[in-house]
Amino acid sequence: MILRGLLILAYAFLYIPIAVMIVFSFNASKLVTVWGGFSTKWYGELLHDEKVLDAAWLSLKVALASATLATVLGTLAAVVLVRFTRFFGRTLFTGMVTAPLVMPEVITGLSLLLLFVAMEAAFGWPAGRSVTTIVLAHATFSLAFVTVVVRSRLATMDRSLEEAAMDLGARPLKVFLTITLPLIAPSLLAGWLLAFTLSIDDVVISAFVSGPGATPLPIVIFSKVRLGVSPEINALATIVVAVVAVAMVVAGRVALRKDEARTG
Amino acid sequence: MTGRFGRFLVGLPPYAWLALFFLVPFLIVLKISLSEPSAGAPPYLPLWEWDEAGNLAFHFNPANYGMLFGDDLYLSAYLNSIRIAGISTLACLALGYPAAYAIARAPLAWRQSLLLLVALPFWTSFLIRVYAWIGILKTEGMLNAVLLWAGVISEPLQILQTDLAVIIGMTYSYLPFMVLPLYATLEKMDLTLLEAAADLGCRPFKAFLAVTLPLSMPGVIAGSLLVFIPAVGEYVIPDLLGGPDTLMIGKVLWAEFFDNRDWPVASAVAIAMLVLLVAPIMIIQNARTKAEEKAEGRTGR
Amino acid sequence: MASQPAFAPWTDPQAKPLIRFEAVSKRFGDFTAVDRVSLSIHKGEIFSLLGASGCGKTTLLRMLAGFETPSEGRIFIDGIDITNVPPYERPVNMMFQSYALFPHMTVEGNIAFGLKQDRLPKDVIAERTRAVLDLVQMGKFANRKPHQLSGGQRQRVALARALAKEPKVLLLDEPLGALDKKLREATQLELVNIQDRVGVTFVMVTHDQEEAMTMSSRIGVMNAGGIQQVGTPIDIYEYPESRFVADFIGAANMFEARVAGDRDGRLVVHCPELAHDLTIDHAAPLAAGTPVTVMVRPEKVAITRDMPAEGLNWAEGVVSDIAYLGDVSIFHVRLASGHKIEALQTNRRHTDEQKLTWDDKVYLGWHPANALVLTK
Repeated sequence: MILRGLLILAYAFLYIPIAVMIVFSFNASKLVTVWGGFSTKWYGELLHDEKVLDAAWLSLKVALASATLATVLGTLAAVVLVRFTRFFGRTLFTGMVTAPLVMPEVITGLSLLLLFVAMEAAFGWPAGRSVTTIVLAHATFSLAFVTVVVRSRLATMDRSLEEAAMDLGARPLKVFLTITLPLIAPSLLAGWLLAFTLSIDDVVISAFVSGPGATPLPIVIFSKVRLGVSPEINALATIVVAVVAVAMVVAGRVALRKDEARTG
Repeated sequence: MTGRFGRFLVGLPPYAWLALFFLVPFLIVLKISLSEPSAGAPPYLPLWEWDEAGNLAFHFNPANYGMLFGDDLYLSAYLNSIRIAGISTLACLALGYPAAYAIARAPLAWRQSLLLLVALPFWTSFLIRVYAWIGILKTEGMLNAVLLWAGVISEPLQILQTDLAVIIGMTYSYLPFMVLPLYATLEKMDLTLLEAAADLGCRPFKAFLAVTLPLSMPGVIAGSLLVFIPAVGEYVIPDLLGGPDTLMIGKVLWAEFFDNRDWPVASAVAIAMLVLLVAPIMIIQNARTKAEEKAEGRTGR
Repeated sequence: MASQPAFAPWTDPQAKPLIRFEAVSKRFGDFTAVDRVSLSIHKGEIFSLLGASGCGKTTLLRMLAGFETPSEGRIFIDGIDITNVPPYERPVNMMFQSYALFPHMTVEGNIAFGLKQDRLPKDVIAERTRAVLDLVQMGKFANRKPHQLSGGQRQRVALARALAKEPKVLLLDEPLGALDKKLREATQLELVNIQDRVGVTFVMVTHDQEEAMTMSSRIGVMNAGGIQQVGTPIDIYEYPESRFVADFIGAANMFEARVAGDRDGRLVVHCPELAHDLTIDHAAPLAAGTPVTVMVRPEKVAITRDMPAEGLNWAEGVVSDIAYLGDVSIFHVRLASGHKIEALQTNRRHTDEQKLTWDDKVYLGWHPANALVLTK
């Protein structure tokens, strides 16, 4: 009984702040703590805020590109970790794959920026801070998350399925494409979505590697938030939460259906 | 079984990518942390260069590190980061352990949903979740309004812009990191162990202390480190919820880099932060590797 | 099932074996899983590798499939060295212990998978798929997914999938291990029938003696990475060549003894645990004093209240334990020396007035032809 109470308390702690924010995004009053009646005018205003719309569009592009890149690289990394038990520098590789999971973002951001500056000085690429640098940075830190998700699925996959395919005459690449990939597909999707949300949500790393010409949405929100609470940001935040929630439900459905097909 | 060449092709892209975008940057940070600041662009001098005579000249500048130890600002930021991250970790544990325990012992049909509810906030925007707390914690915010209405306090409390607000924000943001590993260890625990303890005359609470708690220690350690490590370097939460005197090392790094444009000192701060975190990071890496290799070994043969 | 007693190609020195292992070893780090195994298997055989878990039988099978490469030695199929041929180019197919049916494909898709790798025309694939499905009586289930099948049905699909490519050798890794006892016994005979019809050579790994005895033309008993003995089920059971095999297959009474001499062409041994010397038929002549082990199977030992007839080996003792198993009872008889002998008696009658019970004084007797001298 006490336990259940504590659990409810934990959920309340997790969800009340978001609920409050959503409710107040429909507040007619400019004063964020006083209820002034229901209104959707802040959403309307958002739609005319060019800066926000541009930033949102940029963030979307960056998230799509970096999540895709991270999923490809992360899946390869997972295959390496699970399937190749012995190779030169395995410990280093494992360390490099998993360290970004816990690395403080300020360090990742700073170090990537310094790399880009050094690379530009040495090779002239990437020129300045742009969409490119943000995509590279986001792909690098979300790669680790994709690897974790895909790796655990790959590790629990029955190895004899691949052996059976090979036994029946399929070459390694064919085995990977016809057997392994379809079976780990749900984890790829989950990894991609995770990478996508990490990218679209990132403030700190973006702050280091983005430039004046390319400002992603979280940076815009962050600079607004630093000035205090406003109903417009509430509205913007609500949209972000809604988009993520819808994506999660869809992803959950897809993953669940795949799972049912597999396990019955 | 896969040919050597095939393995090379599979391994090369992630290996090369991580070497270039993860390993090399650290070496650059290390290098710049030893350089002299300058007013130019980039705002530091090269660590070594060829002078006119063709000799290699080094410009080591350990003063960046000297400053970290000499100036009280850095030392107290360092210690305060550890303190705030530590308290937040304990708060996550206090809230997360019962939650994870309750989920792990809930009916099987509910568990997935309950767990998803814990993980879901992690998928929504981190920035927005922190932002949401401003509206609650500020002087004329919801929390004060509720407390005043209930008669618990007679005048509004100043919570926002204090360390307490930062701790609340951290606990809130990192709670899922604590619950998930705790759940994983508690869920796979053999419940007949508790039945055996009861059978041998152990009361439930004693059985919890003697059996459940020791067996869940790996989860406690993993969860604590997963909260503590990013919390030490956190920037967004202390910036939004803390006050101007809430010193944390992530904030100091940010200020050195963006406001003072002192890249060498910012790099030195990053290295100092890494030194602090390297032990916990190694522990969590080892535990993770071991757990994964165990999982992989089980299905291996 | 020795249904064709005439089938014994291994006795013909001219016959070319289908599979040949030549001094094959496999090491994993410091651990030697397979230790210098040489073995020949002939076309049409059902050859079982029998042993406890960890004896190296699965590793040997996996080397034949191509999933492991031998550390030393060579493997030949049909005279061709396949030691370094990858699994997808070998003329062998495997039925996995877990069945390893692809969960995202239908039964039909699973079976057609191997045929598609050979780029056969569509109609040939369809025809062959249908034929093997009918062979295992799974034609009705072609469009099901593996998770919609029972354990026995999955086992059939796995068999059909491995047979579809008409391999020279079919490898079976604990083929019936996942089935319950009743189904297992029925399937054993069915597997043998299918093998008979298709004519493919079976090499199977099992830890189940009964399975190996029922199905095999020959059995290779393995221990600690090595082959202990190869022979027909009858050879293995009646004429084990070593203490290990005698002990591993079935139950055995063993006595440590020394050769005392020769009498009328029979070996006479002295066993300190028995009151009388033992005589044994068809044993190789051994010098007096040679230490040997005498083995006699419990069902060869008669248990009586009266003294056995002249010419039999005998001992007297007291019934110390009785295990009633329904069809048979096993009596444990303690001798004066403390040594225990097991005797097995078939329960032919519902009740037996003369039923033996605990502490009864009894005589044990067995014919000199039914004991065996082991020196290894």
